[in-house]
Amino acid sequence: MNDLRRGLAVAVAIARKDAISELRGRQAAGSTLFFAALVLLLFGFALGPDSRRLADAAPGLLWLAIVFGGLLTMARLHQLEADDGAFEQLALYPVDRRAIYAGKALAGAAAMLVLGGLLLPVVAILYAIPIGAAWLPLLVAVVLGAIGFAAIGTAYAGLTVRMRAREVMLPLLMLPIVAPLLLAAVKATAAALSGDPLGELGSWLQLLVAFDVIMLVVGVGTYGFLLED
Amino acid sequence: MKTRILGFVALVAVAGAAVNGLFLVPADLNQGDAQRIMYVHVASAWLAYASFGVTALAGLGYLIWRDLRLDALALAGAEVGVIFTAFAIWGGMMWGRPVWGVFWQWEDPRLTTTALLLALYIGYLLLRRLTDDPARRAARAAVVGLIAAVDIPIVHFSVLWWRGLHQGPTIGDPSKILNPSAPLLFVMALLAMLAAFTLVWIYLLIRRYQLARLDWQLEEEARRSLVQAARRAAPATAGIEEPAR
Repeated sequence: MNDLRRGLAVAVAIARKDAISELRGRQAAGSTLFFAALVLLLFGFALGPDSRRLADAAPGLLWLAIVFGGLLTMARLHQLEADDGAFEQLALYPVDRRAIYAGKALAGAAAMLVLGGLLLPVVAILYAIPIGAAWLPLLVAVVLGAIGFAAIGTAYAGLTVRMRAREVMLPLLMLPIVAPLLLAAVKATAAALSGDPLGELGSWLQLLVAFDVIMLVVGVGTYGFLLED
Repeated sequence: MKTRILGFVALVAVAGAAVNGLFLVPADLNQGDAQRIMYVHVASAWLAYASFGVTALAGLGYLIWRDLRLDALALAGAEVGVIFTAFAIWGGMMWGRPVWGVFWQWEDPRLTTTALLLALYIGYLLLRRLTDDPARRAARAAVVGLIAAVDIPIVHFSVLWWRGLHQGPTIGDPSKILNPSAPLLFVMALLAMLAAFTLVWIYLLIRRYQLARLDWQLEEEARRSLVQAARRAAPATAGIEEPAR
């Protein structure tokens, strides 16, 4: 019990450190957001100007933008440790490795949530989607997607951060893994936007929850091995 | 020597199963000769899954026992698995073109799942090539192999739902091939091919494992000669026996 409380305190401390560093603007959080919004703008050029087609594709485009921005976010959160040589220090802390993972994943999920939350209105404006009525299920989908992406992204960013060609290796490893998350999140978003006529929203959200839980378990179990080397 | 005999037996078995599947078994009434592709297609798909199982278990074993031989086995599984997966996809496309009219059928959950599987393990192999230190490479690869193995069922079910919630099953579902109502001859031909392919699979696994061990020895020798060269070049450090870790 005491161990758990101590682990949680460590996790929150690490997440807080990352959040402060992001908020003080030393890292490129704003640029990542701008990049993802730019992706949405370019999707418009690629698929428009037929607004009907854009509206149909909007859930998929939103999540692709979140995934692309998310890859940069995950890489950034670990890069900032590695650049300053702080990663070794982090690994040497006399605390449970699982707590370190939890902290990094928490920071990642928060950053992903901000990214998704800010991209939603961008999609609504650019592709003329009314998101107001469905804000609650949309928010739930974004939260679940952010957790799942951060759960696996933290493990893989920790793995690739000290590798050669990490810029290409992180997306290369991540994209096939997050395919089910992308699929479930897009389906849930589409269902929420259309008022869920088939009653499938719940199933897709459950799939997202299952993905999140499995990836968190895997991340907690394996992150320690990645810090070792 | 024993491995060589196994290779020879595997070759003969595949040739026999191929002659059986191509000429002795009658063609399927609906699909014609295209159905014969299923013998190699299904056999290689099953063995691909088996390979990735080997990779995941060997990786898990490495993380527990830290034995580089297990890492060599994991590598063998992944590489053989990628070959069998690519072969299964290729066979599926060759079959899909005459039967479905298209090479790629997005509504077939197995095809899309298998394509992601191929991507997952190509990533695994690339990761291995980009890490030089054997122990570090083994640990990273083991983690990636485990995560990929955990992801496979999620991918499969999500794609199944993705299609299933959308519309009902379409014509030419590949699972129908293997149902018990299929004539016994077809099932026998498939089992014969599966047995022959399994022999090839075991042979390839053993060979790749041996090759990985040789590679590792070569790396070790290169490292040792580097250390010796450094020692000769800097006699001042001659008192130090081994480089500190």
